[in-house]
Amino acid sequence: MSLEGQFQKVEEKLFQNRYMVDSGQPHIRITPHEKPSKNLLAMTHLCPAGCYSQAESGQVELTADGCLECGTCRVLCEESGDITWNYPRGGYGILFKFG
Amino acid sequence: MIDEKFDAIVIGAGMAGNAAAFTMASRGLKVLQLERGEYPGSKNVQGGILYADMLEKIIPEFRNEAPLERRLIEQRFWFMTDKAHTGMHYRNDDFNEEKPNRYTIIRSQFDRWFARQAQEKGAILLCETTAIELIRDAYGKVVGVRTDRSGGPIHADVVVLAEGVNGLLGTRSELRPRPVASQVALAVKEMHFLPTEVIEQRFNIKGDEGAVIEAAGTISNGMTGMGFIYTNKESISVGIGCLVSDFAENETSPSQLLDAFKKHPSVAPLIAGSEVKEYAAHLIPEGGYKAIPQLFGDGWVICGDAGQLNNAVHREGSNLAMTSGRIAGEAIFQLKSRREPTTAANLALYKKMLEESFVLKDLKKYKDMPELLHTQAQNLFLTYPQLVSKAMENFVRVDGKPKIDKEKDTVSRFRKARGTFGLIGDAFRLARAWR
Repeated sequence: MSLEGQFQKVEEKLFQNRYMVDSGQPHIRITPHEKPSKNLLAMTHLCPAGCYSQAESGQVELTADGCLECGTCRVLCEESGDITWNYPRGGYGILFKFG
Repeated sequence: MIDEKFDAIVIGAGMAGNAAAFTMASRGLKVLQLERGEYPGSKNVQGGILYADMLEKIIPEFRNEAPLERRLIEQRFWFMTDKAHTGMHYRNDDFNEEKPNRYTIIRSQFDRWFARQAQEKGAILLCETTAIELIRDAYGKVVGVRTDRSGGPIHADVVVLAEGVNGLLGTRSELRPRPVASQVALAVKEMHFLPTEVIEQRFNIKGDEGAVIEAAGTISNGMTGMGFIYTNKESISVGIGCLVSDFAENETSPSQLLDAFKKHPSVAPLIAGSEVKEYAAHLIPEGGYKAIPQLFGDGWVICGDAGQLNNAVHREGSNLAMTSGRIAGEAIFQLKSRREPTTAANLALYKKMLEESFVLKDLKKYKDMPELLHTQAQNLFLTYPQLVSKAMENFVRVDGKPKIDKEKDTVSRFRKARGTFGLIGDAFRLARAWR
């Protein structure tokens, strides 16, 4: 099945969700790098919440506010040291209304 | 923070954790349950289908009070190509029985109810509390946990890790490995709200009746994956999941994959005009029997998704979670009532009881299936759906061509795509993995 055509922006989807954002305390951090690893770069497509993006300078950046806490980036990028991964503090982060 | 010592600390208030907490608390054990979300279920995601039998063994009268959406009377399996689906629908009025076999549920509601049942039996639930470290004694036995709340460690005879597939506590404590990309699927899901009567008309159901669709084929873009459409009372859960390793290799956006599934001509009319109220993502353990880690040790046991206890073939996860939680609770209670310590040797009882139950028997039966689904993804999810669809079209479309030619065309397409030996090999591999 081809994935061409109009798609809804992920940010629009996230607007439906309920979050308790822990301001200034991102639970996932990218390790400073010059050139992103293959897996880290793949996260710019893979993250279901679209938290990862590539800057013009080539580095991968992260805004974790819309994180759905699925753990995909942890599975792919934690072991290599590309990122450090924690859950948000108790009570913070995504709060599924339905789940 | 808490000075008293507990018989057990349960990490997580999902299916496995709630089952374990309920089982132990209702037998008089002192149970503390920790949940990092604001309320039980606030971090949990499921399709989701609940199998009654497994909950009945924990709370026999659950049907009177649990928040259930629809009891399922129809199951559809769709084999999909870009424009078509070849379906098998199983509908049976016998499912309209006094004690229905399966229901759809909404996890945030269900988990709150389930956790409350454990609390009513005496379990203490602390929400907004993340367990961050296991406490061990001088001999290495787990004797409690430290949390992200202020205060010292909390002590217990045993820690039940029901923290989900991506839980950090077990992996950071090196009780189990971090999930591997080829052994977990990433699923995304949307909740589409529609008036009850519209849902009933579109799915040919009435009252509390429900129908569910499981779909596989070109919708997963050649990746090992499946889509699903489940009817709730006033909403339809629509989702799709594929192995993380496949997503990484294909650099596919899960959100766009779901959008494409929603636009499929067989799917779009079912959800047309709906209001989407939530977008969720979650990992599903898919490694099967061979991916199950050590499930017990000195002062600890692992239940549910954290132990990879998920039957990918039958799409059963939460009932294995519930059952493993219940069995862990029963095993711990047996030790307690005999005043035996919670050593690894004694907690092996949990694993033994799991082996005697359907949980490990089923997973053992399908031990070769995850590998087959993974290595044969192109054939199973792209080639065969297209062949089947073309065969159906040849059979159904009436256009003046002699039927013998059409049959020959169908057979030659199968032979061309997979070769005679390829076809036999595929059948053999599937039969062997299914055995």
